[in-house]
Amino acid sequence: MALFVPVNFMKRKNTVLLATPYGLWITGFTIIPLLMVVYYGFTSRSTGVLTLDNIKLISTPENLKALWLSVQLSLLSTFLCLLIAYPLAMILRNMKAKSNSFMVMLFIMPMWMNSLLRIVAWQNILEKRGILNTFLSFLHLPALEIINTPAAIVFGMVYDFLPFMILPLYNTLVKIDENVINAAHDLGAGNFYTFIKIIFPLSIPGVVSGITMVFVPSLTTFVISDILGGSKVLLIGNVIEQQFQKLNNWNSGSGLSLVLMVFVLLSMTLVAKYDKGEGRTNVL
Amino acid sequence: MIDNKLIELVNITKRYDGNIVIDDLNLYIRENEFLTLLGPSGCGKTTTLRIIGGFETPDEGKVIFDGKDITKLPPNERQLNTVFQKYALFTHMTIADNIAFGLKIKKKSKQYIKDKIKYALKLVNLDGYENRMPDSLSGGQQQRIAIARAIVNEPKVLLLDEPLGALDLKLRQDMQYELIRLKNELGITFVYVTHDQEEALTMSDTIMVMNQGYIQQIGTPEDIYNEPKNAFVADFIGESNIISATMVRDKLVNILGADFPCVDIGFGENKPVDVVIRPEDIDLVAPQNGTISGRVTSLIFKGVHYEMEVMANGFEWLVHSTDMSPVGSEVGIHVDPFDIQIMNKPESEDEKASANEL
Repeated sequence: MALFVPVNFMKRKNTVLLATPYGLWITGFTIIPLLMVVYYGFTSRSTGVLTLDNIKLISTPENLKALWLSVQLSLLSTFLCLLIAYPLAMILRNMKAKSNSFMVMLFIMPMWMNSLLRIVAWQNILEKRGILNTFLSFLHLPALEIINTPAAIVFGMVYDFLPFMILPLYNTLVKIDENVINAAHDLGAGNFYTFIKIIFPLSIPGVVSGITMVFVPSLTTFVISDILGGSKVLLIGNVIEQQFQKLNNWNSGSGLSLVLMVFVLLSMTLVAKYDKGEGRTNVL
Repeated sequence: MIDNKLIELVNITKRYDGNIVIDDLNLYIRENEFLTLLGPSGCGKTTTLRIIGGFETPDEGKVIFDGKDITKLPPNERQLNTVFQKYALFTHMTIADNIAFGLKIKKKSKQYIKDKIKYALKLVNLDGYENRMPDSLSGGQQQRIAIARAIVNEPKVLLLDEPLGALDLKLRQDMQYELIRLKNELGITFVYVTHDQEEALTMSDTIMVMNQGYIQQIGTPEDIYNEPKNAFVADFIGESNIISATMVRDKLVNILGADFPCVDIGFGENKPVDVVIRPEDIDLVAPQNGTISGRVTSLIFKGVHYEMEVMANGFEWLVHSTDMSPVGSEVGIHVDPFDIQIMNKPESEDEKASANEL
């Protein structure tokens, strides 16, 4: 007993020592900034006293509209990402092991390039006299007025965040044992039934993390909507950005950010709840 | 046993990337038979099973099931079920849902499914496990659920791909008896793949020994053990002394310079052969009473018997006996004539192929 105490003590001391940098990191870069946002969000800009005015700012018609549009567009882009990524991840899963990691790399390679650069490139392509319309007029087809519309923003979101959907989906799908799928066929299930009853349910964790990885950045983005939406389409991200950058009003900006954070948190708990419930829903 | 051929494999050949895995294999499986495909890894036994199950298509040849050609039929349309190596349970479903999976596809009534689940769980000694999740079960229990999930569909044939491979020794032995009991109760055909010769000997009606894509021997466990067709089978099934010898004439073989009477005939005169003598068939006697004599070089106690090595006429004889002869002692070696198994020497690769036709 007496022998163990110093060893344990040393061990604990080492653990504490090792954890210190991370503790400092979390305190400095997560906790303190969060507290500052809360502080600004709940205090008045002019008097500095406690107030709910910054939070209530969300209820103005313009801001509500921006929030609602943000939710709609990010839901749509998340759904589109899922629709595009799922079949692709299935194809990659069924490929021979040698070629599939290379293919996965090809699909996620855009992630290695600067996001802003890629969005600006799309701006050039989709512009009124951009590459796409030049090409269309060359073919004597009518020009597409897509820039500065919600459609262009959804397009940008899907393009930008698609790799974040592919990766988790692919990772869960490759982990499904081939014999589990064989067993379903063996018991009489056709391809469709096997997919609905076996493959899809087993891939739910990947679907959930894919949705999280696409929905959250879509909901909070202001760069994509700024560049591809011009100033015509305002998302909640743009409203918050304006509060900080143009109006220099940290208090209202923080208040709106807090509202958005609650939204993200709510949607994540909803998704996580579905994930956990899945395993036990099918009781005979 | 009913002599009705239920499954027939005709001239099956399978290649992977140009490598032949199964070469012109012919085999029939009778109704109600427990057939074991036995061989080292990579011998083609699992591929053979997967061809029967429909998970692989042969490059050449036909699979006949109950008189019908099913070579092109997908697995979900075949009247057989498979128990996979690592159980392959549906981890997102309860045990009841796992077992009900095949029955729901067949659109059976709720009551029928419920009764079947109960019956199957009772059969594998896991009553009351309906609402458990697969992850909460031990390996042996999961394997029994996999069996239950397959048999509720009342298949004519159950294919088992090394189902006990992942279990520990004690559990594996228990499960062997369970499987025999199950087969007798259900009265269906079992095709069983394993690399474990003891498992094969314990459970099978018929054993098919495979190596390098060829059938080496088909026979009852007794046949395979007592009368191996070639050195591969002798070596793979149990321990044995395989010695180069000369067949002097019918019923007399010269082993390492000494004449041993045997029971085999028809090998010709002065023909080089291989002989197989099982270690438990060698009697150690007084030096003057043995056909040859030698000196004990090692002695190990194995529990059931002693394992000894005897150096005699330039060969290290492996001997199992319940009587112990100490290291260094002079002993005589005696083998009863019917315990000597004579085999033709393999002449070439073609020899292995000819074993296929038997």
